[in-house]
Amino acid sequence: MSDPVLVLRNVTRVHGVGETRVHALRGVSLTVSAGELVAVMGPSGSGKTTLLTLAGGLDAPTEGEVMVEGTVLGDLSRKALAGLRRRSLGYVFQDLNLIPALTAAENVMLPRELDGVPARTARDEAAAALEQVGIAVLADRFPDDMSGGQQQRVAIARALIGDRRLVLADEPTGALDSETGEAVLRLLRARCDAGAAGILVTHEARHAGWADRVVFLRDGVVADQTRPPDVVESLLADNTST
Amino acid sequence: MYGYQLRLEFEASTGSTWPLNVGQVYTTLGRLERDGLVRAVDTAEEGQRTYAITDAGRAEVRAWFATPVSRESPPRDELAIKLALAVNAPGVDVPAVIQAQRTATVEALQAYTRLKSASADGDLSWLLVVDSLIFAAEAEVRWLDHCETRLVRHRRPDRRPITGTADVTGRQEARR
Ligand SMILES: Nc1ncnc2c1ncn2[C@@H]1O[C@H](COP(=O)(O)OP(=O)(O)OP(=O)(O)O)[C@@H](O)[C@H]1O
Ligand SMILES: [Mg+2]
Repeated sequence: MSDPVLVLRNVTRVHGVGETRVHALRGVSLTVSAGELVAVMGPSGSGKTTLLTLAGGLDAPTEGEVMVEGTVLGDLSRKALAGLRRRSLGYVFQDLNLIPALTAAENVMLPRELDGVPARTARDEAAAALEQVGIAVLADRFPDDMSGGQQQRVAIARALIGDRRLVLADEPTGALDSETGEAVLRLLRARCDAGAAGILVTHEARHAGWADRVVFLRDGVVADQTRPPDVVESLLADNTST
Repeated sequence: MYGYQLRLEFEASTGSTWPLNVGQVYTTLGRLERDGLVRAVDTAEEGQRTYAITDAGRAEVRAWFATPVSRESPPRDELAIKLALAVNAPGVDVPAVIQAQRTATVEALQAYTRLKSASADGDLSWLLVVDSLIFAAEAEVRWLDHCETRLVRHRRPDRRPITGTADVTGRQEARR
């Protein structure tokens, strides 16, 4: 595991001014390499979504810098940033952000079409992505005519379509039952095993268990994190020998 | 079946999560025979006794499956005891105790999850056992989160939601 895909260097994000200033993140550094899945846990308001939006270039840090595949996001023009986001990044929003006027398949294929992939190819890729999350039959439904868990799976399919190097998922399993939630985690894990870098924000420790590293945020700082995978793996050896 | 075989079967189903010692298996078989739940069918040349289940034994097994596991006397929980004592012990940084445990429990969860993903299409019994360990660890993390919130609220009684109004007035009066 070399090749850092995402680097946050001393990132601080302050919202508002004066009395109402909120330090959503203070001096957070984090590196996520190709093949690595990092889970972020922490109480509500601890800065998880803020961290993810900064990593995804949807928001800019007040201090510090964010690098994706060696490019400092702050150095890019808006257009270049939008292009990098479309090509390299899959993002599952906490509130999904599906476009109500588009069907499931159209929502999923949208980023590919914007990228100039031929419509037919994009459509096939979307079908495959929907198949992977187990809702191929809902391809032509509109989001409003789907259950919360089904919409969530469309949002996940949209983040996984194409060859995204960085997948950022904000509570992607909130509306899913435990079996489906696990299936989504296996998918994310497989994507990282295939070379992507991933960040998963979750309240559920069970899902964080799929990550190589778990980072605990509290009040905008990294309060603690788990030890490297080889150490964690050796825990089990100790466990079974006793 | 003979004792050694029984032990292998048990460990195959539970993934040697709870290793059985062979002596224990033989003592138990002895007791079951005494109670008429199994009977010895023959003794092989090497002195291995083979047992078969009796009708009474079958009835006992059915009853066991049909009866919920007793929750009457909760097993001793070292972590609950540790936190219960920590909140009253002088000089203990309780949030640090909670965070250290949370990290350790999540690490255990990661280890179990690796075990599970390594045996993706392993057999069902074993998967159920690993899931049981995973869900128990998850419950522990949720409980730790809850303890942390409760602790914060307890230490800042003035910020408590508007429940204990009578209590608050009482204190204000005392101050006057
Ligand atoms: N646009 C904004 N303006 C002002 N404050 C904000 C803004 N966005 C976030 N915050 C504040 O920053 C802090 C971190 O918010 P964030 O959304 O990152 O939390 P979170 O960890 O994702 O919480 P949750 O688990 O509830 O989703 C909170 O105190 C929040 O109120
Ligand atoms: Mg959030």
